[in-house]
Amino acid sequence: MFKIVSKPIEIESLKSTLEDAQAGACVTFEGWVRNHNEGKPVQALDYEAYPELAEKEGLKILAEARERFALEAIVCVHRMGALQIGDLAVWVGVTAAHRGGAFDACRYVIDEVKARVPIWKKEHYASGASEWINCATRGVAAEVSKKV
Amino acid sequence: MKLQIQYFALLREQRGLSDETLETTAATPTELYEELSSKYLFTLPADRVRAAVNGEFVAANAALKSGDKVVFIPPVAGG
Repeated sequence: MFKIVSKPIEIESLKSTLEDAQAGACVTFEGWVRNHNEGKPVQALDYEAYPELAEKEGLKILAEARERFALEAIVCVHRMGALQIGDLAVWVGVTAAHRGGAFDACRYVIDEVKARVPIWKKEHYASGASEWINCATRGVAAEVSKKV
Repeated sequence: MKLQIQYFALLREQRGLSDETLETTAATPTELYEELSSKYLFTLPADRVRAAVNGEFVAANAALKSGDKVVFIPPVAGG
C-alpha cells in the first residue's frame, strides 16, 4: 500500500497491518521534519503532492522492491500539507522472513520515493523567507524522461 | 488545440493559479513548457522539469493531442 494523506500518520495502525506469522523481521523508517537544512534554521514545512501520479509512482516503487527482495509486506505513507518541526512526514514499513531483505527494501523505498514521486517541500525559515527545495538526487529530468 | 494544464509547487506559484485550459500550437511537452515559460517567466529550465500527460509520465518529446491534461513536474523533494 502506498498512500498520500493529509492527516497525521498513525504508526500503530499501520504497523498492525504488517503483522504476519511468516515474518521474522520488520524494518520501519520514519522521516521527520528537521529544524535546519543546509545551514539554515527551518521553522515549518509545506508538502504538496500530485496525488494521482504520486500514488501510481509509489505503487510502482513498492512493486519493484517486491521483485528485488524477498518480502512479506510493504507499506509507505507520505503526509502532505503544513507540518511542524518533529512531525512525521513519511513512514515506510517492510516485513520479510529475514532481516537482510527487509533492511534493503526499506532503504530502496525511501530513496526511490525521494527521487521519483511527485511530492514537493517548501521550507519556511526563521528569517521569514521560504523556498521550494530540490532534493532530487538524480541527474536532470531530461535523463530520466529518456527512460520512459 | 485545447489542453488542460495543472500546476504544482514552484510552477503553481509562478503561474499564480493551479489549473487552466488553453489554446496552443505546441506539439510536445517541451514546446508547451517553453511557450508557458516565456509567458510566465518560469525560473526552471525545461530540462529540469518532467512532463506527465493524463496521469502518466511521458517523454519530453511525446505528441500532445487535443484534450490532454498536462502537468509539469518540478524536481521532486519528498521524504
